[in-house]
Amino acid sequence: MSAVIDTDTGHAGHDHHHGPAKGLMRWVLTTNHKDIGTMYLWFSFCMFLLGGSMAMVIRAELFQPGLQIVQPEFFNQMTTMHGLIMVFGAVMPAFVGLANWMIPLMVGAPDMALPRMNNFSFWLLPAAFTLLVSTLFTEGGGPNFGWTFYAPLSTTYAPESVTFFIFAIHLMGISSIMGAINVIATILNLRAPGMTLMKMPLFVWTWLITAFLLIAVMPVLAGVVTMMLMDIHFGTSFFNAAGGGDPVLFQHVFWFFGHPEVYIMILPAFGAVSSIIPAFSRKPLFGYTSMVYATAAIAFLSFIVWAHHMFTVGIPLTGELFFMYATMLIAVPTGVKVFNWVSTMWQGSLTFETPMLFAVAFVILFTIGGFSGLMLAIAPADFQYHDTYFVVAHFHYVLVPGAIFGIFASAYYWLPKWTGHMYDETLGKLHFWLSFIGMNMAFFPMHFVGLAGMPRRIPDYNLQFADFNMVSSIGAFTFGATQFLFLFIVIKCIRGGKPAPAKPWDGADGLEWTVPSPAPYHTFSTPPEVK
Amino acid sequence: MATHEQYYVPAQSKWPIIATIGLATTLYGLGTWFNDLKAGRDESNGPLIFFIGGLLVAYMLFGWFGNVIKESRAGLYSAQMDRSFRWGMSWFIFSEVMFFAAFFGTLFYIRYWTGPWLGGEGDKGISNMLWPNFEYTWPLLNNPDPKLFPAPEGIIDPWKLPLINTILLVTSSFTVTFAHHALRKGERQKLKLWLAATILLGVTFLVLQAEEYVHAYTELGLTLGSGIYGATFFMLTGFHGAHVTLGALILTVMLVRILRGHFTPEHHFGFEAASWYWHFVDVVWIGLFTFVYVL
Repeated sequence: MSAVIDTDTGHAGHDHHHGPAKGLMRWVLTTNHKDIGTMYLWFSFCMFLLGGSMAMVIRAELFQPGLQIVQPEFFNQMTTMHGLIMVFGAVMPAFVGLANWMIPLMVGAPDMALPRMNNFSFWLLPAAFTLLVSTLFTEGGGPNFGWTFYAPLSTTYAPESVTFFIFAIHLMGISSIMGAINVIATILNLRAPGMTLMKMPLFVWTWLITAFLLIAVMPVLAGVVTMMLMDIHFGTSFFNAAGGGDPVLFQHVFWFFGHPEVYIMILPAFGAVSSIIPAFSRKPLFGYTSMVYATAAIAFLSFIVWAHHMFTVGIPLTGELFFMYATMLIAVPTGVKVFNWVSTMWQGSLTFETPMLFAVAFVILFTIGGFSGLMLAIAPADFQYHDTYFVVAHFHYVLVPGAIFGIFASAYYWLPKWTGHMYDETLGKLHFWLSFIGMNMAFFPMHFVGLAGMPRRIPDYNLQFADFNMVSSIGAFTFGATQFLFLFIVIKCIRGGKPAPAKPWDGADGLEWTVPSPAPYHTFSTPPEVK
Repeated sequence: MATHEQYYVPAQSKWPIIATIGLATTLYGLGTWFNDLKAGRDESNGPLIFFIGGLLVAYMLFGWFGNVIKESRAGLYSAQMDRSFRWGMSWFIFSEVMFFAAFFGTLFYIRYWTGPWLGGEGDKGISNMLWPNFEYTWPLLNNPDPKLFPAPEGIIDPWKLPLINTILLVTSSFTVTFAHHALRKGERQKLKLWLAATILLGVTFLVLQAEEYVHAYTELGLTLGSGIYGATFFMLTGFHGAHVTLGALILTVMLVRILRGHFTPEHHFGFEAASWYWHFVDVVWIGLFTFVYVL
């Protein structure tokens, strides 16, 4: 092999001051963490609209009792795809996008540790979702077994498209694992001199822990879908009791992935909110160290609570008790976090720009979701709640005002840094209030219908649930339509607006505010010194 | 500050997008192929699409790794870059550990819970009412529903081929370490010999493993379809075998690079990563030998 190197590759090593390439190929071939972060964020938003439009189909069908708009078969595909797209296509990539943009800026690194692999991680996602979404248009339809794809619904009784679903999951898993490896290598190896672990912004900390969770559980997800593939195509009996296997085994392996997965979707939001609340309270974060340990504790506990999703499936009493108490323990570190956020605001000089509105709503509404989670953790009570709309209300309260409001808060907080312009504050606030009202209107009544016994994943329902469902649907339509306003605000902000200074928020803290807005294409080629 | 090493940020690269297209095409082809087989359709584009995707992936692997090797030999990688690679490889191996953990977990769950329950013992022994004649033993030589899943007539004797295979792999872990020591001392001739010996041991392992599979399928009736024993047996040993194949390939690439004069006593992370991977497949085998074959 020749030791001579072509000028193209050699060039980048020595000259960091050139700008981006021109045209479409800039995005396809890029190794720049900001470009890749931008692509992740746009991809995530597209998936958010696609998954959201499926939610609109669901809510339109549930607007009234009876079957009006879609057939049950298609309704099942909608609930399945809505869940899969929102989890793997919208929320996770949005956080990876934020990580790509912000982690190098926050730790004073020139880029992500492994820039080419970074681009590979991104491009796998459009490929995976093309494969997954295209199954909707095939004969036999797309996946219809719920986003949790329990066997035997997803094996013995699955449509043919399940094979492509499995491979799409494999691609997403490869993408997530490589993305997580990149995040860990960046954080552990590329911090600026003086940036000790306990000086890192919490967003960096929560992402470090999230990345660990991803590497620990995405391979388990790959394992479980591979076992499905073998059961479907090669006659194995992993999930078939007739051959000595067990369908409940599927649920154990799935939720061993699935529970850490829900923390993967919330921990980065915890981190972002822990930057935003101090900025708009003009006070340092209360209890930084305890925040770090609480995050680590939540991550640890996430590995030993999985069977709380399976209380009604028939597990031994010892199991019910163990998983019930372990689950309740999570309330302790989570409580530490909520307490710290509130204490940060206490006696601060608060202002309520859009990021802060989303962050405060995050704290309040995520806590509501946490409380309903505690209710569900009580095993004997869960026998009543299981698979009802109460569960739907619970996880939408942790995911919409939790994960998604966290993403919105981050987007507004860092948009000036990304674009060099201030976003339109009035429109931003309008976006917040419409989202807030729409989201509560959509999901709060679900608590009531759930407690009254309305089952989830059903296209038709008893007449007694009609009024609340109509309210839910109107709220959901409001929330859905409002997101086009967000799109408008972002585009407006990219195209122009008041020029943003390097540090647009006077209470903000961190290395990302020491570089100009918009952040130059290459930053920190020479690492900054952190005192 | 001026003494700080410049971190190498590569320029644009075509390999990630080629990798994506290659991988997606491969999996699309494989999925089409599987579905057509299952549905009994005679004509399938699957194998062709799979083959084209596979070619793209192979091209990408040659190109991407070739690119990295070129950069490395041009001295573009600092000590900090080297640490990034080390972290990357370590966490990749951890992800592989978790992949195998899913299958080991499956095996343990079946043996300690599902099996006894189906046989009528323990907390959920009531599930015995599904197949009241079923008695649980491990190895499972009778399945709950023998019509759907005919049970194997026998299992592999751990003290024959598997024992030889254990000796082979453990020895190969030593030889690869000897090779590493030779590389560090700059003894190139020894390095080549020990590395070649490692690859030879790995390939012998694979041949014996293949022989064992033929024996299982043709004489014991132990197949993927012979119930949960066969399923877990082939899943665990099969994925392990695939990893040994990959590891042997990686070591072969290392041997070729060494023959071409690559690596110095100080800089040889490519080789070291390959040896980490090899030790990893060895450790997995120890787990397999213990829990799949012996216990």
